[in-house]
Amino acid sequence: MTATRPAETEEAAVRDARRPDPRPARRLTPTQRILLRAVVLTLLAVAATFLLDPYRNYQLAVVAATFCATAGLTLLVGLTGQLSLGHAVLMAAGGYGYALTVNAVAGAGLDGEGAAGAARVALGLVGALLASGAVGGLLGLAGARLRGPYLAGLTLAMVVALPALTAQVPALGGDQGLAVPFEGVPGALSRLIVVEQWHAWVAIVVAALAVTPLAVLRSGRAGLRMRAVHGNEAAARLSGVSPARVKVGAFVASSLAAGLGGAVLCLVTQSVGPGRYDLAFSLLLVVAAVVGGLGSLGGAAAGAALVVLLPWLVDTVTSAIGVPADLEERLSGNLALLVFGALLIVVTLAWPGGLARAATRRRPRPARPRPHPRGRTDATASPARPTER
Amino acid sequence: MDRLVFLLATGLARGLVVALFALSLVIVWRAARLVNFAQAAVATVAVFAAFAVTGATGSFWAGLGAALVSGAALNAAVERGLMRRVPSGSPLPGMIVAIGLVMVLQSALGIAFGPRHRPMAAPFDERPFVVGGVPLLSPYDLFVLIVALAVVGLLAWLFNGTSLGLQLRASAAAPEVSRLLGVRVPRMVTLGWALSGAVAALAALLLVPTELGLNAHSADLLFVHAFTVAVLGGLDSPTGALLGGIAVGVLVSLVTGYLGAGVAPLAVLALLTLVLLVRPGGIFATAQVRAA
Repeated sequence: MTATRPAETEEAAVRDARRPDPRPARRLTPTQRILLRAVVLTLLAVAATFLLDPYRNYQLAVVAATFCATAGLTLLVGLTGQLSLGHAVLMAAGGYGYALTVNAVAGAGLDGEGAAGAARVALGLVGALLASGAVGGLLGLAGARLRGPYLAGLTLAMVVALPALTAQVPALGGDQGLAVPFEGVPGALSRLIVVEQWHAWVAIVVAALAVTPLAVLRSGRAGLRMRAVHGNEAAARLSGVSPARVKVGAFVASSLAAGLGGAVLCLVTQSVGPGRYDLAFSLLLVVAAVVGGLGSLGGAAAGAALVVLLPWLVDTVTSAIGVPADLEERLSGNLALLVFGALLIVVTLAWPGGLARAATRRRPRPARPRPHPRGRTDATASPARPTER
Repeated sequence: MDRLVFLLATGLARGLVVALFALSLVIVWRAARLVNFAQAAVATVAVFAAFAVTGATGSFWAGLGAALVSGAALNAAVERGLMRRVPSGSPLPGMIVAIGLVMVLQSALGIAFGPRHRPMAAPFDERPFVVGGVPLLSPYDLFVLIVALAVVGLLAWLFNGTSLGLQLRASAAAPEVSRLLGVRVPRMVTLGWALSGAVAALAALLLVPTELGLNAHSADLLFVHAFTVAVLGGLDSPTGALLGGIAVGVLVSLVTGYLGAGVAPLAVLALLTLVLLVRPGGIFATAQVRAA
């Protein structure tokens, strides 16, 4: 702002720097910048739905739902270092919360189209937030007292126990799960767009609502506290940061986002059941977060697209090149998992930082280097093995 | 009453298998300060090797040997090839690499062998002895019990009674000092991994004949149970693993017998949550802290 006028001397530059910003209206606080970016990206995504056919729009909705969960997970793992293998369960909690609420309010008379439908979905999302927040809060309480492998193991046990839980609790509908009412296109739009596109819109807006608070959290004090706790818990405590509170808070925030993702997935697929949220899916969420780059929300979006689209792509290719039916059945699902597992290993060992790092390297921003998980692990890693062993 | 005795006896046999697997986790933890999430996948690969060898030779014992050798070799390869390259300082990368390995191994097994469960015959009769009208252990359960106890005893002797065990413990406890004193620490770490792979393969091999059969996910539940055991007993304590294993085995057996098989995973999850919330240090844990 000051260097563009060659006639002015350094003095002027100094004076300018000292003076309060002459054009305060142009300057945005980080939060405003995030909100602006969120609005622009949401509008872009909504505009993009016009370019896609219905099936692509369905896939876009699934990607948006998955993005909610991977964004929460990448925040949790990247910033606080807590590895959760159970984000599928939190998504399931959101899905069940949504389904139970929607079915309850539909049963209570709110079963119409238009405004009634909007109110129903909104209440369903609140139900999803409550359910996933409750599960996430409990897990966060456990996570605050644990570190590393213990939390990962607990969340793993949760994923494995999910089918048993849905089978035992009659209200959750057993293996079949629960069905929810179909949400059609509102009357005014119904001549313009088809239902898949409408669902994609809903998914995009909910994803924006889920992820934007995470971005604000990350860029603000809360994010700083999380990094402090991850970097050195004792030092954080000495600086007046309560590690337990920060960890529980991070876990709850992450769970709420995942729960919204589950709710969207329930809305789009019109059902929620334990089959979708198995261990493999839960691990895929971890893959998305790691491959995208831990701590990076843009990376989480890329990772979500990857884990939704690659299995589909693999299935399409194997059926297109005409492998035998027996082999095709074996390859289905497994081949994509194989690729993802290999990616997970390669990215962790050879390319920490993932896609997000590759993107920032290509267009470096020296003025404001983005805080990066890589930098933090470098700082905390001692040359020798840790002494606690 | 009869039912209770029967369930307790089967629970004991199952519990010892879980304890063995948990012990394998403890061995890796002591060697590398890492929970090997890939242990179940490695063990399953080893059981597939045993299945192939038993199928080719007709001998259960040849299969057993194959499982032990392939489990040890695979885990040693994992340590040399992957875990050694993982940046130290944070437990996160090691866990993520292990999870990647789980995905690779299980999907490779799925591609090679399909989703079908392959029945695996036990080398001994699985019908229980009836003592005074009460069905008790089957000969196979008895075999499992004896093998498990023998392996636990052998490991205790190895770690506490031999020079090799002393070197293993020393390199885990204080790698720098051990290196200065002439212990080949990297070799010891690899050895610990190999040992743990063999024990895990043995546990999975003992388990599979009593379950549905062999497929890529046969050992998943075993891992969850063993992890619960390791948390219960503390990842550092072999005694804790043994007692915790028996406790979890008996719990699962009782819950399955009285409330149905569907409730068992919930009971394990409840136990795990309870222990982690009430006593995160583990019931048998030594002074090691696991929460900051």
